[in-house]
Amino acid sequence: MKKFLLFGIFVLLAACSGKVSQKGSLRVGLVFDVGGRGDKSFNDSAYRGLEEAKKNLGIYYEFIEPGGGSDRESALRMLASGNFDLIFGIGFMFTDDMNHVAKEFPEKKFACIDYSVIPGVEIPQNLSAIKFKEEEGSALVGAIAAGLSKTNTVGFIGGMDIPLIHKFEAGYKFGVHFINPKCRILTAYAGITGEAFKNPAKGYELAVSQYKRGADIIYHAAGSTGLGVFEAARNLDRLAIGVDSDQFEDGFDEKTGKAHVVTSMIKRVDNAVFETIEDALNGKFKQGLVELGLKEGGVGYVYNSKNKNLILPDVIKKVEAFKKQIIEGKIKVPKK
Amino acid sequence: MDSGFVLIAEQTVSISVPFFLAALGGVICERAGVVNIALEGIMLNGAFCQVLVTYWTGNPWLGLLAATAGGVLTVLPHAVASIKFRVNQIVSGLAINLGAVGITKFFLKIVFDSSSNSERIVGISALNIPILSKIPIIREIVSNPLILIAIGLFVVIQIFLFKTKWGLRLRAAGESAEASVSVGINVVKIRYFACLASGVLAGLAGAWLALSQHQFTDGMSGGRGYIALAAVIFGRWKPNGVLIASLIFGFAEALQIGLQSAGIEIPTQFVQMIPYLVTIIVLAGFVGRARPPADDGKPYEPA
Repeated sequence: MKKFLLFGIFVLLAACSGKVSQKGSLRVGLVFDVGGRGDKSFNDSAYRGLEEAKKNLGIYYEFIEPGGGSDRESALRMLASGNFDLIFGIGFMFTDDMNHVAKEFPEKKFACIDYSVIPGVEIPQNLSAIKFKEEEGSALVGAIAAGLSKTNTVGFIGGMDIPLIHKFEAGYKFGVHFINPKCRILTAYAGITGEAFKNPAKGYELAVSQYKRGADIIYHAAGSTGLGVFEAARNLDRLAIGVDSDQFEDGFDEKTGKAHVVTSMIKRVDNAVFETIEDALNGKFKQGLVELGLKEGGVGYVYNSKNKNLILPDVIKKVEAFKKQIIEGKIKVPKK
Repeated sequence: MDSGFVLIAEQTVSISVPFFLAALGGVICERAGVVNIALEGIMLNGAFCQVLVTYWTGNPWLGLLAATAGGVLTVLPHAVASIKFRVNQIVSGLAINLGAVGITKFFLKIVFDSSSNSERIVGISALNIPILSKIPIIREIVSNPLILIAIGLFVVIQIFLFKTKWGLRLRAAGESAEASVSVGINVVKIRYFACLASGVLAGLAGAWLALSQHQFTDGMSGGRGYIALAAVIFGRWKPNGVLIASLIFGFAEALQIGLQSAGIEIPTQFVQMIPYLVTIIVLAGFVGRARPPADDGKPYEPA
């Protein structure tokens, strides 16, 4: 069925390419990660960036939501061979496909969000390899966790056991120990395959185990698996920290009116998409590795009217001072 | 705070429940002679139906009914394909598993406008039985109506299979369809019944996942249906064997979770291998003999 769907999209695209494209306006193609639109996180954030670019910069865009692994490359190739100027791939899974396709279409521009650098593999000339300094954002929420913990024990739950997620863990640990060097940190990973990002039942059991061993706040970097962490937080009345986008609502208990997600480490994928489009329009397209950290506004933590009374002002003061030092380069957050 | 042992024991129970329910379905189906690798897909659809109907009606029990109905509907094509059209049962089971991933995603988007998770639903409230609800481990079992249902089903199926006339006929259909027909047993009917029963049970396994998370998440069955299949083999196609197998697999996972939280690192890879490793060892005949029903997976072709 997937193949038919893809074929359908192809026919649709072929039909579209027949139209005369307006001169001057950029044509952007985007391929989503497996989760697709509506994931309330990563992909939706990218979509917001696209929408914003359409509204403010007047670009034209089309997107494809691939069904599975093998569809990714064909989707990219389809957009590249159509009349698109800039093609996005959302997610680290696109790294290899992007490297291939970008080389095949040297006249087109490509951008990969969450590009994963492979030692010895050169980044193509026409590819903007965008990475986020998740360790910096994670360090800040780690500092918050340490500041809020009453049991002197905090937890971390990762999805798939891979270097990308280790960055979250390393930054978090650094932040926790920066505030409280004696704080105990429990860590766990849900698995070793992509499934580990969508196994809430496993996330629940991992979280219960950590909460019952004394952790009173857990930070997750585990996609939908993290929803299980929030479920455990609700059941046992503990706290959790969200990831990628503001997950306050996901941890809210309507029955008791209690909030369980104190803050979230956010990755501004929307900003990255928007700025890449803007740069391309202005002829300032950045080639090669682009790293977005606290300084560039690529990562951060949520502190707004909803979660304001969950975090003590005292803690925020310390976190902000910590943040300043990272931005100024006085403190370097480790990646592993 | 509970001791680590109590924690691991309680987690073993809750992790084992979906394995056990689905595996029980696998036992009935395979005992009647139909291989059912569609457990994974049935579970996923069951979970989705649970969420959908609970979301619409606000009643988790109606949702539970829907989950079993959804399970039956999911297994129906597999039953028809393997019994009536005598296609390869692995192929049709696989088709169901792949189809379930697509169909749940499709409706998730239509109903909840999301590609990854649904809205929250109400769960089944825990029972509070005096005294029993205070004892560690026991409380985990008696407070959860679904676990009690699972235990009830276990007893019923164990008696049905080995103490009743119908159970004997079902097993006969799986051992030798031809011999069964020669003594007047309606093999086709029995196999349909067994398939649909496995749909009910695997649907319940899915409902368990949905209810304990209070929502549906894309692909939330997470390979549990395949572990259930391993449990069917490890449990040698017997309800009590399957119970032990599910508990062992659940224990392996609970132990790994416990060790991770305690800071003792054993590679996740190793623990996730255990169910499959054990299955291979059992199949290879290192631990006693694993003999599937003789006509398991063989379509019955009337002469």
